[in-house]
Amino acid sequence: MSEMLSLSNDPLLFISVMVAKILAVFLVVVLIVAYATYAERKIIGRMQTRLGPTMTGPLGLLQPIADGLKLFFKEDIIPAQSSKLAFILAPMMILVPAFITIAVIPFGGMITVGGYQVPLQITDLNVGILYILAMAGLGVYGIVLAGWASNNKYSLLGGVRSAAQMVSYELAAGLAIISVFMLSETLSLRGIVEAQAGSVMDWYIFSQPLAFCLFVITSLAEINRTPFDLPEAETELVSGFCTEYSSMKYALFFMAEYANMIVVSAITATLFLGGPAGPFPGPINLLLKVFFFMFLFIWIRATFPRVRYDQLMFMGWKVFLPLALLNIVITGAVVVF
Amino acid sequence: MIKEFIQGLSITAKHLLPGNSTTVEYPKVKLDPSDRFRGLHRLVPDHNREKCVACYLCPTVCPAKCITVEAGEDENGVKYPTVYQIDMLRCIFCGYCVEACPVEAIEMTGEYELANYKREDFCFTKERLLK
Repeated sequence: MSEMLSLSNDPLLFISVMVAKILAVFLVVVLIVAYATYAERKIIGRMQTRLGPTMTGPLGLLQPIADGLKLFFKEDIIPAQSSKLAFILAPMMILVPAFITIAVIPFGGMITVGGYQVPLQITDLNVGILYILAMAGLGVYGIVLAGWASNNKYSLLGGVRSAAQMVSYELAAGLAIISVFMLSETLSLRGIVEAQAGSVMDWYIFSQPLAFCLFVITSLAEINRTPFDLPEAETELVSGFCTEYSSMKYALFFMAEYANMIVVSAITATLFLGGPAGPFPGPINLLLKVFFFMFLFIWIRATFPRVRYDQLMFMGWKVFLPLALLNIVITGAVVVF
Repeated sequence: MIKEFIQGLSITAKHLLPGNSTTVEYPKVKLDPSDRFRGLHRLVPDHNREKCVACYLCPTVCPAKCITVEAGEDENGVKYPTVYQIDMLRCIFCGYCVEACPVEAIEMTGEYELANYKREDFCFTKERLLK
């Protein structure tokens, strides 16, 4: 067993391997973000007996590029009465946490580079889950700031709604995954993956089905996807917190939404479905699991109407939170006795 | 409640299967309008000229006043329209002209792609209507 590559034994190799890993992950995520928009339009179109994009390139495959170019060349409008700095910062503050959360997701086992062991993961934090929850919490600031800085009542309402929604559902989501690391006895995502490494039956989805369902639903609410997309409810709030945004800033909000979808899918796959475990090479297994969840989210969007605000709060505080607590109690009892 | 969720999901999943799309990609694929569709008018020809006898019933009945007829007589003393013109920008495709015609000289076709670039191109003269 050779040594683990670290900054002390070969700094140059370590840094170049690190940069390569970051670039690869970033590129893959950006590509998935671009083509998730295409897949979403295509799948929802089909589900509503339409066709989705067909004109741009073969089967409409160039649609994401056309959309990106269009948004890039649009006029960038900053409202005169807005708070300029916060207005410019907000889209970045929502996109950056979405992207950097992926840093702790393990996407494979160990590979050997130049005689050293290199883990297929950007960094293995020993408090990985806390980091993920912290970044999810940071994401709220972007939306609240965008809503407030726009100086528009609809944006403000969207921002306030989203703050309330994310605070209520973060709690339930956080409590749902507590039961996972009660079983794994580690907060490191690599440790959690290793704890599920035995067979398919070792995956936490089988020992923690309730936590899995709770986490998927609450994280849907946390990333503001339908049926929980109240912050941008078109029918009542125009476009919610991104009403005043245009051009590339608007595109950043969309990228953040899809990046968040990928992050949530990847976290769910890591915590409950054994992460990169499976019949194919590690990264491909993880990608397949991520695609499965993305499809599920798109499918749900095509099927269910938006929940009402009081229903949302009722579910968050009176259904999901007690269920998550109950799950912790049961798991604790099973672990102890 | 769970049962209803699954029911809803299965309906959308069913639509996802290929062959369930109802979209017609219009410029590439065109649907045939029904036989009773009221599209562009056509003057019915009869031997060497149009059937029309220039009786003025169609411009009289036309609610949009889009038909212009001027009567003339040929060498045998038969009445025929020297001018027969329909302004498609005014026409409302009600079909009253077809109903009013005593000799069935005018009918409506399934032609519905009537967009054009110039105002003059919407004025359908006798020659264009006879085609």
